[in-house]
Amino acid sequence: MVDTRTLTHLERLESEAIHIMREVVSEAQKPVMLYSVGKDSAVMLHLARKAFYPSPPPFPLLHVDTTWKFQEMYKLRDRMAQESGMELLVYQNPEAAERGINPFDHGPLHTDMWKTEGLKQALDLYGFDAAFGGARRDEEKSRAKERIFSFRTASHGWDPKNQRPELWNLYNARKNKGESIRVFPISNWTELDIWQYIHLNDVPIVPLYFADKRPTVERDGMLLMVDDGRFPLLPGEEPVMRSIRFRTLGCYPLTGAVESEAKTLPEVIQETLLTTTSERQGRAIDKDAGGAGMEKKKQEGYF
Amino acid sequence: MTDMIDEPIYKTDALIAEDIDAYLETHQHKTMLRFITCGSVDDGKSTLIGRLLYDSKMIFEDQLEALQSDSKKVGTQGQEIDFALLVDGLAAEREQGITIDVAYRFFNTEKRKFIVADTPGHEQYTRNMVTGASTADLAVILIDARKGVLVQTRRHSYLAHLIGIKNIVLAINKMDLVDYDQSVYDAILKDYTEFATSIGITAFTPIPISGFKGDNITTLSENTPWYTGPSLIEHLETVEVNSATDAEKPFRMPVQWVNRPNLDFRGFSGLIATGTVKPGDAVRVLPSGKTSTVSRIVTLDGDLDVAVAGQSVTICFADEIDCSRGDVIALADNPPQAADQFEATIVWMADEEMLPGRPYWLKIGAQTVSATVQHPKYQVNVNTMEHLAAKTLDLNAIGVANLSTDKPIVFEPYEANRALGGFILIDKITNATVAAGMLHFSLRRAQNVHWQPTDVSRESHAAMKNQKPAVLWFTGLSGAGKSTIANIVEKKLARMNRHTFLLDGDNVRHGLNKDLGFTDADRVENIRRVGEVAKLMTDAGLIVITAFISPFRSERDMVRSMMAPGEFIEVHIDTPIAEAEARDVKGLYKKARAGELKNFTGIDSPYEAPHDPEIRIDTTSLTAEEAAEEIVRRLIP
Repeated sequence: MVDTRTLTHLERLESEAIHIMREVVSEAQKPVMLYSVGKDSAVMLHLARKAFYPSPPPFPLLHVDTTWKFQEMYKLRDRMAQESGMELLVYQNPEAAERGINPFDHGPLHTDMWKTEGLKQALDLYGFDAAFGGARRDEEKSRAKERIFSFRTASHGWDPKNQRPELWNLYNARKNKGESIRVFPISNWTELDIWQYIHLNDVPIVPLYFADKRPTVERDGMLLMVDDGRFPLLPGEEPVMRSIRFRTLGCYPLTGAVESEAKTLPEVIQETLLTTTSERQGRAIDKDAGGAGMEKKKQEGYF
Repeated sequence: MTDMIDEPIYKTDALIAEDIDAYLETHQHKTMLRFITCGSVDDGKSTLIGRLLYDSKMIFEDQLEALQSDSKKVGTQGQEIDFALLVDGLAAEREQGITIDVAYRFFNTEKRKFIVADTPGHEQYTRNMVTGASTADLAVILIDARKGVLVQTRRHSYLAHLIGIKNIVLAINKMDLVDYDQSVYDAILKDYTEFATSIGITAFTPIPISGFKGDNITTLSENTPWYTGPSLIEHLETVEVNSATDAEKPFRMPVQWVNRPNLDFRGFSGLIATGTVKPGDAVRVLPSGKTSTVSRIVTLDGDLDVAVAGQSVTICFADEIDCSRGDVIALADNPPQAADQFEATIVWMADEEMLPGRPYWLKIGAQTVSATVQHPKYQVNVNTMEHLAAKTLDLNAIGVANLSTDKPIVFEPYEANRALGGFILIDKITNATVAAGMLHFSLRRAQNVHWQPTDVSRESHAAMKNQKPAVLWFTGLSGAGKSTIANIVEKKLARMNRHTFLLDGDNVRHGLNKDLGFTDADRVENIRRVGEVAKLMTDAGLIVITAFISPFRSERDMVRSMMAPGEFIEVHIDTPIAEAEARDVKGLYKKARAGELKNFTGIDSPYEAPHDPEIRIDTTSLTAEEAAEEIVRRLIP
């Protein structure tokens, strides 16, 4: 008798993600994987390596860089590109660079220009027609209704009322002229699934997810890490060494840390499970425009 | 409010705090159940899902705070928490107070991870429910205890059954509002059992609940001592999932991608649809029928000894045999069949009605082919399950029809195998997914009607006439000058001793196509028949000239694809509508403008001009004689 045991939830999620990636590679002309170096990206990259093994994943990694990521993120990014044998494309919006757009002086414009505009420019520049993203449906309400194959107009807009029905595991990847697809292979994963998968598969992640003593300042109720010399300290402000870690990673001046002693993955997972606030709460971006913040951003072309 | 915000029920917290490694070990072995909830607007569906998320601690403090303030602002439960607000995601829906699309939610218990597809109860959203149901192992059908079995209940049950969901839970909700009265529950159960049996649902699990108060959700409620079955969560935790039954079936894996990093490795990647596979198994590649043996099952984590339904793997063969995307690898001595004509159930999901005879893309597994659907045999009234006569299918209509594909596909009846029997139809012009379908069986004639080889070939027919066969396909608005110019072209060709035949739109409608009208569906069939006739005539070696408005690009492309390469010459008689209307030789535009003639091309029915015709004639700068001269010169240089 062969073993016909029921697959575990992680095995089913992994298989689904791999299936999705293989469909995209078979049906899209020029796919790319958006790589933000966070834990979700790390899992997505690992799944891509599994999907095509022993071939390297047949598409490049694209990092839409804001120049304000944590230094540790840049290090892991370069290492993972090398290990996976994939081409790494780094794109920085030249207009944002020229105008010196930064999170300290420009607020929401920073995200808009570096990330939203930068992403559109990069996709247009290289002519990618399908882009893998690591978004999950449990992150946010508007994501919960987004398809796995999510179409964008030529101007990268999302029309939530006009989404194609997705049946079984049959994905319709046919595009109209100018359209492109965002594909979310880990749509059905939760934050806990991501952690568990990283734990089981030894997926490399940025050390900032683990607690360590780091220089911090407290502002507007957020604990920010002073990651490099560009952090403008207010008069009398003095970085304080605290044992902190991050639940999500973005631009360091916009990402709040939590005080923590969790130095190992199980400890991190333990804290995650016992915590009482949701993951995205540490990000300033969702608070713009009230409850509909992310939906509005997505219609404008944010990933 | 206090009796609702009790302790979260799944007491994993203690283990998480005490022994995280033990907790992770448990979590790692969880299985997954996907289910849908269906109910009409007021059955308390969103409240139930909100409750499940809340009880399983999937709601965090910040979300709860937002929920509490939202409940007071826009909630429908007075000062109490409105769980529905957790679930109604998009801004548009929150304003309208309804759920408009399929949303997916997640929660865990100690035994399982759950993915819930939340699907709306409105009639116009049948497509959403079918979408949500297509990936579900189980359906929860909600009934408002005060209202009993409604039309919507029947519809949802029928759809769940149609999609092949074997596990149906009948959640009789809002028991708190009928004082937990067993007689109310019993009466509904009796009604539903009668209905369920009539549509072929042989088993279901009834549970009396209150999503709002939490009765029988996680533990059995003291309020319903007369109920002795499982609580909802208990049932969801223990019911068998599809992948378990799929593993028992014969091995089939559609090939998605051929993995060939170098000359030494050639693997075939796909998701195992059914069965199990191990190295040494004899397998057959369909549709070619070639056989080999599995040599390895390759993964990044090392080769596998065995792989089961639901796993994505890469398989290597012992022999070099042809195998590519769209093929199906199957157990050698029990393979599926290939066919090109089927009967199927079709759920139409687009605003534009189905056009029988129009070619659509059909995607099934990793195979994509061109397919045409015939007129439906009947349409099903989803509220009464009656079979109705139908000429086509509109948005949200469900019908049974025959369909044919342009080449054989490997398939199994949907009932036996979802992955090899479920398909989608894609519009070739808009690329929209317009339908979902389920194959019943192949039609015998696909196997028994063979091409009869003839000794006098099409080449010898053409050689005898000393000409190259072709179709000059004239398209353009009514009154553009198609028939006039076509007639002159034929005369000129006849003078050059060419063997020709002119098929004229009006004339054909007096005979071959006299049963057809001018609806979009009939126009498609009109062109299909003319295309087939034109093809037979080219086989006979003729130069065929056709003069039909043929307004739709899809059908002209369909006829083009029937012909041998280079034999289809599209001639666009390009006359602006104003000009054609000014000429109005037959007085038709006048009638159409007066509303006496429906579906008139250019007035209330569209004309899709060719993007790239072989010949384009601008009738505002050429006379009919000059136009004909130009066409003949292009045909016979």
